[in-house]
Amino acid sequence: MEKERFTISVYSENNVGLLNRISGIFLKRHINIEGLNVSKSEIKNVSKFTIVVFTTSEVTRKIVGQIEKQIEVIKAYYHTDEEIIYQESALFKIKSSLLFDERQIQNIIKESNSQIVTVSRDFFVLSKTGRKSEIDEMHDLLEPFGIMQFVRSGRIAVTKSEMPISKILNGYQHI
Amino acid sequence: MKRVKEKQLKTEEKASTKISGAEAIIHCLLAEGVDLLYGYPGGAIMPVYDELYKFQDKLTHILTRHEQAATHAAQGYARVTGKVGVAMATSGPGATNLVTGIADAQIDSTPIVCITGQVFSHLLGSDAFQETDIIGISTPVTKWNYQITTASEIPEVLAKAFYIAKSGRPGPVLIDITKNAQQELFDFSYEPCRKVRSYVPVPKPKTSQIEAAAALINAAKKPLIVFGQGIIIGKAEAQLKELVEKAGIPAAWTILGLSAMNTDHPLNVGMVGMHGNYAPNVLTNECDVLIAIGMRFDDRVTGKLDTYATQAKVIHFEIDPAEIHKNVHADVAVLGNAKETLELLLPMIDKNSHDSWHNEFKKRYDIEFDAVIKNDIHPTKEGLTMGEVIEQINIASGNNAIIVSDVGQHQMIACRYAKFKQTKSNITSGGLGTMGFALPAAIGAKMGAMDREVVAIIGDGGYQMNIQELATIFQNKTPVKIVVLNNEHLGMVRQWQELFFEKRYASTVMTNPDFVKIAEGYHITAKRVTKREELVDTISEMMASKEAYFLEVCVEQEGNVFPMIPTGASVSDVRLK
Repeated sequence: MEKERFTISVYSENNVGLLNRISGIFLKRHINIEGLNVSKSEIKNVSKFTIVVFTTSEVTRKIVGQIEKQIEVIKAYYHTDEEIIYQESALFKIKSSLLFDERQIQNIIKESNSQIVTVSRDFFVLSKTGRKSEIDEMHDLLEPFGIMQFVRSGRIAVTKSEMPISKILNGYQHI
Repeated sequence: MKRVKEKQLKTEEKASTKISGAEAIIHCLLAEGVDLLYGYPGGAIMPVYDELYKFQDKLTHILTRHEQAATHAAQGYARVTGKVGVAMATSGPGATNLVTGIADAQIDSTPIVCITGQVFSHLLGSDAFQETDIIGISTPVTKWNYQITTASEIPEVLAKAFYIAKSGRPGPVLIDITKNAQQELFDFSYEPCRKVRSYVPVPKPKTSQIEAAAALINAAKKPLIVFGQGIIIGKAEAQLKELVEKAGIPAAWTILGLSAMNTDHPLNVGMVGMHGNYAPNVLTNECDVLIAIGMRFDDRVTGKLDTYATQAKVIHFEIDPAEIHKNVHADVAVLGNAKETLELLLPMIDKNSHDSWHNEFKKRYDIEFDAVIKNDIHPTKEGLTMGEVIEQINIASGNNAIIVSDVGQHQMIACRYAKFKQTKSNITSGGLGTMGFALPAAIGAKMGAMDREVVAIIGDGGYQMNIQELATIFQNKTPVKIVVLNNEHLGMVRQWQELFFEKRYASTVMTNPDFVKIAEGYHITAKRVTKREELVDTISEMMASKEAYFLEVCVEQEGNVFPMIPTGASVSDVRLK
């Protein structure tokens, strides 16, 4: 079976230790987590993990089954890249002097659709949101000039189809 | 109105009395119907032990001689009673010593609650004396775990712990309680837990799935049932029997399913798996419909997956959705509790008898009898066999003992030959294969079923992994019968070395102590049998004893367990020699 990229979305209670419990399921099957983001979700007091893995759909299905089995997990889904809208964010910290000395940097900023978050005497910070490939491309362009610091977030994603999580939660209330 | 008033009054009454977290733990245990727990004290759990002292008329604490034994005893108790077993330990090494038993309970779906003391919450993370991150350590092997750092959390968390441990597919829960939470005073009130919003213990059965299963079963010409512990946990023994008899389907069992159905039932065709019976293994690959009930297609059951029952339609009755298609693809998956789903299924099942198909099992049983069983239980050569010991225990107990086995050759022999007419009677470490399990588990089993005879069958290797529990047996006068089948080897590993490593017996030869003297050191009546003519009388004497009894049987040193499916081989390739 072909390996591909899957985005796993986990809706859960917001409890200490759950991240450890979920990451342990990947560890047990020797699967590397390529991206991880934890945030609040569209439902009050429900957290959402967005986990990116590169493996077969069969392994992903089994992992999602094991995740969903955890007591504090409400529901877990997995999707291919085609089924979701997804982005990542990155910050670039660059010497301020380069902004004036290197014309090309201004072109990169314009063409990459990135934003200047802050400028100080010593450095400025660029923020770029988009696909990983777009961020990588921008990184490659800026690298020759010197990047003081770089960081990219985990993937965040919403699905094209509905995730009927509220209905599931309402169902639980009536048990 | 009146009820509300009463409730208010009650709350007010309780509001006026503050109790310590430690005392609250006792009240929670009592509210959950716990009257017995196993454990070992230490610094970080001392406030709870102080309360156990005060409540000893209501709650019996059994001091094991090692924390691992406390978990196995709790497991043994849970497995014979169906209730939640409880084990307690202090922080650090006390907590880490529980881990093997917790892992065993996790893989064998046994409901236990482990309570560990933890260092003061202000010391957490500071590498304090006897501090370990037991939450981190136990996470992969618990159904749920939680660290309590303030007393007010105790009632709700313990209620949740018991609910989670016993509901749905049962499992171990560990609650770690910091010492300050044990000492703090707070207003106590207890409310049992009835649901957790993110947790669906029993999926609702779907009529369409049950209809699809019934259609396949009714159309089957060569159906085979393989049942597991889901029958016992789900209390579905009667429904299983009814299904087997109504549809005339041969039924085989996994090691944990053993005793859910009378072993003498004419349609009980024996054990599947690596050392299971010849017929159900071979015929797994000839049946047209495989009906798996409350089992999880462990690799020791299936052998090579690519060649496992590929010709058959597979129906999987299962409570845990994560088990569906995990190892074997199910053509029809019926989710739910086995009792509930089988009850829905039964009216849709046509009466049938698959006589010629059943004959295929009988034929193969005869082949196995001549090649293996005859020599195992009625040997004619000089050395004593493990099988004949089990056979004599069957006879002496009238097939009615609880058999607790350890791990290895003797375990396979015990499960192959022990006879059962009551459910919840075969207690063994199936999934984890924990040597050292049987002696402490037998203590728990006996305490959970005082009216039944409990016989522990242990090898000379595993016996020495928790041999210290003889002290627990002696101190509590627990009348368990301990049978050590001594072959002076780590027999199962030696068997593999013989078959697959050209008899290079690396570290499997045991020079053993005088087991009889050791038992006598603990004031336990002890006998050693070395000759066949002594066996029957000594077993009768053991079974007649009202007290604990130790019996060492010196069996042949290089006996092998057959049939055997070598690792990675197909169930069709089960070897008879």
